[in-house]
Amino acid sequence: MKLVTAIIKPFKLDDVREALSEIGVQGITVTEVKGFGRQKGHTELYRGAEYVVDFLPKVKLEVAVNDDLVEQVLEAIAKAANTGKIGDGKIFVFSLEQAVRIRTGETGPDAL
Amino acid sequence: MEAILETKYALDTFYFLMSGALVMWMAAGFAMLEAGLVRSKNTAEILTKNIALFAIACVMYMLVGYGIMYPGDGAVSKWWPGLHGILGSSDNEVAAVVAGGDDAPYYSNLSDFFFQVVFVATAMSIVSGAVAERMKLWSFLIFAVVMTGFIYPMQGYWKWGGGFLDQLGFNDFAGSGVVHLCGAAAALAGVLILGARKGKYGPNGEVHPIPGANLPLATLGTFILWLGWFGFNGGSELKISDVGEANAVALVFVNTNMAAAGGVVAAALVARALFGKTDLTMTLNGALAGLVAITAEPLAPTPLVATLVGAAGGVLVVFSILFLDKLRIDDPVGAISVHGVVGMWGLIAVAFTNEEATLSAQLTGLFTILVWTFVTSFIVWMVIKVIMGIRVSEEEEFEGVDLAECGLEAYPEFTGTKGSGI
Repeated sequence: MKLVTAIIKPFKLDDVREALSEIGVQGITVTEVKGFGRQKGHTELYRGAEYVVDFLPKVKLEVAVNDDLVEQVLEAIAKAANTGKIGDGKIFVFSLEQAVRIRTGETGPDAL
Repeated sequence: MEAILETKYALDTFYFLMSGALVMWMAAGFAMLEAGLVRSKNTAEILTKNIALFAIACVMYMLVGYGIMYPGDGAVSKWWPGLHGILGSSDNEVAAVVAGGDDAPYYSNLSDFFFQVVFVATAMSIVSGAVAERMKLWSFLIFAVVMTGFIYPMQGYWKWGGGFLDQLGFNDFAGSGVVHLCGAAAALAGVLILGARKGKYGPNGEVHPIPGANLPLATLGTFILWLGWFGFNGGSELKISDVGEANAVALVFVNTNMAAAGGVVAAALVARALFGKTDLTMTLNGALAGLVAITAEPLAPTPLVATLVGAAGGVLVVFSILFLDKLRIDDPVGAISVHGVVGMWGLIAVAFTNEEATLSAQLTGLFTILVWTFVTSFIVWMVIKVIMGIRVSEEEEFEGVDLAECGLEAYPEFTGTKGSGI
């Protein structure tokens, strides 16, 4: 099992969710996060004075999947979240040791 | 004839009371405007300040302020009104009203008190925004006692109570000077003693903006103030019960509205030209600037001229806010610029819109109000500072004055499952 974590532009969330559903992903977890990468921050203006916002809003999504689905998931996210502009985000893959479905007590791939 | 006089008395009294109620509602406008322009950690304290200062203003004005400001025939001299005891409940006799003639009362005495008391509260509300986010709550409230009981009524007597400024020919219809400049001068003295919020200015003169937490509230507050201003200026005509007076009231309403509109458009254009973006907070200040500018004379100008007077206020307020930041005078809501700088413009504008006004009388009134209020306020703030301190500690300022002064938060979120409704 793998845990795929992706940081994407917030307005791409719906596209990514649909793309993942189409390839059979059963569930994802989404968090609103802030951070910076090569896009860096941007400046805002209040009463005539500029200030720098160092951390931009992004959406982090976490998908736990079976090993055989990982490549498809990466492809789906990368395709759906791509705008070609700076700040599109990143995808990280971790190995996942265990999973438990709380309601039934199922473990491993059955719990995904 | 008697029935007509009684009906007119009832109508004018009713108009006075309703105008006063509209002005009372301006307290809500100030509370929302200020709550919107401070950070969320200072929201509950500024709301506490706003409702407490309103109450203190009412009590102090009843006890001493009204007597000082309107001594009537009991005035000691045109400079010093004397002290005149607590407000009673007696009012005009029917016989006096139906006697007719120029000296007959045409509205209830107590409706006059009610209309005046809400103006004192307005002047005091101006102070609270300027000193927001760093002043001790009770230091502010003690200042409110002196301001509403003594400082404001004295200069109010000099103009509206028939004192020397009135005799000089100084014009101030509804209080660009008596209310707005007075409040702003007291605020300026407080801010100078208090200092800027921590982090607002860098060591090399940089300005670090501290954005307000809730611009919908600030906008709602501005609209409430705009609405209340119809009572503020419209009620100051003092009478509505004949054709001439009714027309005058209508003109005051129209001009008040036009000046606010002019202020909005001008401030938005100036902000867009200067910054490349249309700053909402500046646009809101523009509305209030237009209103303050027309308050000294909403009856003489045509609606077009009123729009221009307000627009000039809207231009002035943006530059004034930027200039005060250059001087490191930290005013979170722009009260000193809106009510002080534009208040002065309003007083000066009267010399151009009202043929009976003179520039010299306007300037004399302006400087009298400014100097009197600034000097007395400065002394009172200093005394409060020496006795009990005026500013919260650096740590309390960082955590927010909500917790430090009120012990609660305006928006409690992580309170656990007990009591949070989760």
